[in-house]
Amino acid sequence: MEPASGLRLDHNHHLSLREFPYIIRWRDDRCKRCGKCTAVCPVKAIEATVKVQRLVKSEGPVPTPAAVRNITHIVEQVTDMERYCTGCGTCTLVCPNEAIEPEFNPQNKFLHYKNKGGDGYKRGGRRNDPALSTLDRLKFTRISMLTDPALDAGRHEFRVRSLLGRILPPEDLPLKLVNGKLTVDKAGIFIPPVREIFPIMIGSMSIGALSPPMWEGLAMGVAYLNEVEGLPVVMCSGEGGMSPRLLRSKYLKYFIIQIASGYFGWDEIVHALPHMVEDPAAIEIKYGQGAKPGDGGLLMAQKVLKLIAKIRGVPQFVDLASPPTHQTKYSIEEAVAKMIQSMSMAFGFRVPVYPKISGTKTARAVLNNLARNPYAAALCIDGEDGGTGAAYNVSMDKMGHPIASNLRECYLDLVRQGKQNELPLIAAGGIGKKGNLAANAAALIMLGASGVAIGKYIMQAAADCFGDEYNRCNLCNTGKCPRGITTQDPKLYRRLDSDRVAERVVEVFKAADVELRKLFAPMGRSTELPIGMSDGLSIDDPAMAERLGINYAC
Amino acid sequence: MEPILALETMKEGHDGSGLGLTLKNLGGEFEKLKKYPVLSGICSKKGKKTLDDFMKKQGFKLKYEWTPKIKPIKGIHARDHYFARAYDYPASHKNKSIVEKEELLMKTRLAIRKIGEPDESIFAFSFYPDVITIKEVGDPLETAEFFGLDRDGLKAKIVLAQGRQNTNYAIYLYACHPFFIQGYCSMTNGENTAFVPIREFLMGRGFPGYTGYNSDSEVFTHILHYTTRQLGFPITYYKDVITPLKASEMEGRQDREALGLMKQSLRPLCIDGPNMVIGFTPDGTCFMVQDAKKLRPGVVGGVKGKYALMSEECGVDSAIPKRESAKDIFPMKYDMVIISPDAQEVKVWNQLQG
Repeated sequence: MEPASGLRLDHNHHLSLREFPYIIRWRDDRCKRCGKCTAVCPVKAIEATVKVQRLVKSEGPVPTPAAVRNITHIVEQVTDMERYCTGCGTCTLVCPNEAIEPEFNPQNKFLHYKNKGGDGYKRGGRRNDPALSTLDRLKFTRISMLTDPALDAGRHEFRVRSLLGRILPPEDLPLKLVNGKLTVDKAGIFIPPVREIFPIMIGSMSIGALSPPMWEGLAMGVAYLNEVEGLPVVMCSGEGGMSPRLLRSKYLKYFIIQIASGYFGWDEIVHALPHMVEDPAAIEIKYGQGAKPGDGGLLMAQKVLKLIAKIRGVPQFVDLASPPTHQTKYSIEEAVAKMIQSMSMAFGFRVPVYPKISGTKTARAVLNNLARNPYAAALCIDGEDGGTGAAYNVSMDKMGHPIASNLRECYLDLVRQGKQNELPLIAAGGIGKKGNLAANAAALIMLGASGVAIGKYIMQAAADCFGDEYNRCNLCNTGKCPRGITTQDPKLYRRLDSDRVAERVVEVFKAADVELRKLFAPMGRSTELPIGMSDGLSIDDPAMAERLGINYAC
Repeated sequence: MEPILALETMKEGHDGSGLGLTLKNLGGEFEKLKKYPVLSGICSKKGKKTLDDFMKKQGFKLKYEWTPKIKPIKGIHARDHYFARAYDYPASHKNKSIVEKEELLMKTRLAIRKIGEPDESIFAFSFYPDVITIKEVGDPLETAEFFGLDRDGLKAKIVLAQGRQNTNYAIYLYACHPFFIQGYCSMTNGENTAFVPIREFLMGRGFPGYTGYNSDSEVFTHILHYTTRQLGFPITYYKDVITPLKASEMEGRQDREALGLMKQSLRPLCIDGPNMVIGFTPDGTCFMVQDAKKLRPGVVGGVKGKYALMSEECGVDSAIPKRESAKDIFPMKYDMVIISPDAQEVKVWNQLQG
């Protein structure tokens, strides 16, 4: 019989904590009830509440048990799916007594319920797949032993640099012999712009997706690496423009400006063009993103505050969704070529212009078209393990192509045409997923990449992002980033010190430089990046080895 | 025989696993046959018939054949037929330019290789005027005796001799130095760690001769051919291709702008060593060059008209004892030693000066 009040005594339509991805472990004996954890929780998954306890007490020399009702204050996890614990652990961070911590619940049924209101689950972050990626299974097995001396990473001269830009085939070089010496005969020949860069770059993350101190910290770190450390690291703006002052500064040369389907920020960029004192490092035309193929960029309304609205040239507090594709795109032969040419022309053909696509089975078709286009400066392929500030969970988890085989087949396609040195390939998506930044980068380089782009790794390493492949935190889309990385809320982003971020960026890249040398030295490579040196790689799976055209070792 | 005796003195530096010889500017019987291409190789009885039929079909007429007087040596497995045959060009090519003739010779050599390689019935090492190549597996000195080189009148002004098979790849005659293509020849001391990207780049040049690669050192010959013949660069640019200068070092070079572009476009041909390369070009220029860290030895010494380019000093002592050894040249990382045709002049070209 139904209770008259509508109250169901069996709680049948309530969720138990077992359905939730993270369960809060709270220790009554340690908690001093300061309230810091409940105050800091970005999703209000825990709350201070009052419980009545029945306690049986006995005092005196002989047992005289008596029940008493005791009122206690506790910290309790709510069972509302809209306020699920994301496992970020900010509560643990602020707790003075180590009384609270979220614990992953592998039996959770989170995705069964996270579709309230008929909309799919949206989040930020990366693909939730903690398994070892192909990149982390690749090993470097061609060690210089006895037949040739291994090089010394500390003593020999190393040149860990790559080229970004279209490179002329040797047969087309405008060279002529004058008195036994080669000279350049520039008449009527277009020599495409080429930049020498460090092979690891910071991938596209926009102002807007990132908080002001985060973007600023990255930018300062990159400028320091270039100006002081002599490490030519470049960074991509993402879609959302750049600060007007930076556009007019001498530091612009360290930045790749992205143009994507929403053209956000380009009004400001176009107006800054006549005042630029340096050319940008390159222009990236975003056609796709590995984390959410087929989706355009998305900046949720809650992140569109005054500064962002100004830079992007839009009203405040509106969802900024870039279309899935460029509206002008008719075909790769026509529209993409035109877009590459227009962007080249806007910068006087002095700046490399390249497209970025999401990893896809059709990447080779794109590649081959670009190979025929003399203005295409590179191709960036973003694999399924790439991250994003906001997307549907289903896109992130299930859409996309792993980067390793996609990059490899593209490289080998260029090899077949003899164009592997003409069109650099930039690989992205999941580099440093398990922390092995240099090893993953080196593996991709040896599979054929000229460079790699990182995003999540630098957020984790430089700004302590909580995110992982167990769906920890991943609140980037909500503007409630507890670390202040992906938020526009000053209360949150003031937690992040841009100087500290910059310092960490410098440390990360310097360490990666050392580690790359430590990898290349035993393989006897130091002068040029071992692009496509596939004989140096092995994997412990015969099918993977065959697919990648490398050795199988076990 | 001299170069082989010199190899013997350097025995500690090689494993004596094979002998490869390329002879240029031939004397003896071949002196009068300088304009005719010489096909050098090995074949079985069956292969000989196939080869004869094939050459006939292509229109080549046999002018002269040299075969070594084999002296059986324990440990060297004698094959049926070793040969160096001078042919006359087919009528269709007699009056063609040297470039067209070179193309025909190379394509013919590759075709023979393709026919004979699956069952190892024919090996063709070189097919070019005034050049002979001999290769066999075994101790160099014994192999030379086996071929009767100590008794034979086979003479040449330029001799490239290598005393070992390759190290990291299977022992196979096509993997044995020196390597030859269209008048360009080289042999290498050391291993090439950048082999795979270089091989892939060369194979992508659309030139049919860039094939084989049973040894990582074969690419050095092909880079030489590509740089000087295909791209038309003077020989010193070979050094700039395999060991490009740093941007700051280029500043001192008059041709720095060209070097900058070359460094980008020829990036995959950059080597990391450890290598020392000795080679010659069609005009008879010989050279020695080192990797950018000079990780392998190399010495040049001699007298006017006779120079020895060797891995080790003791080899030069054996070949040319009567010389002023204080004037021996030990090329360092920026150097390229160039000996003009007929060994008239030795020049040390420095990459920093250009």
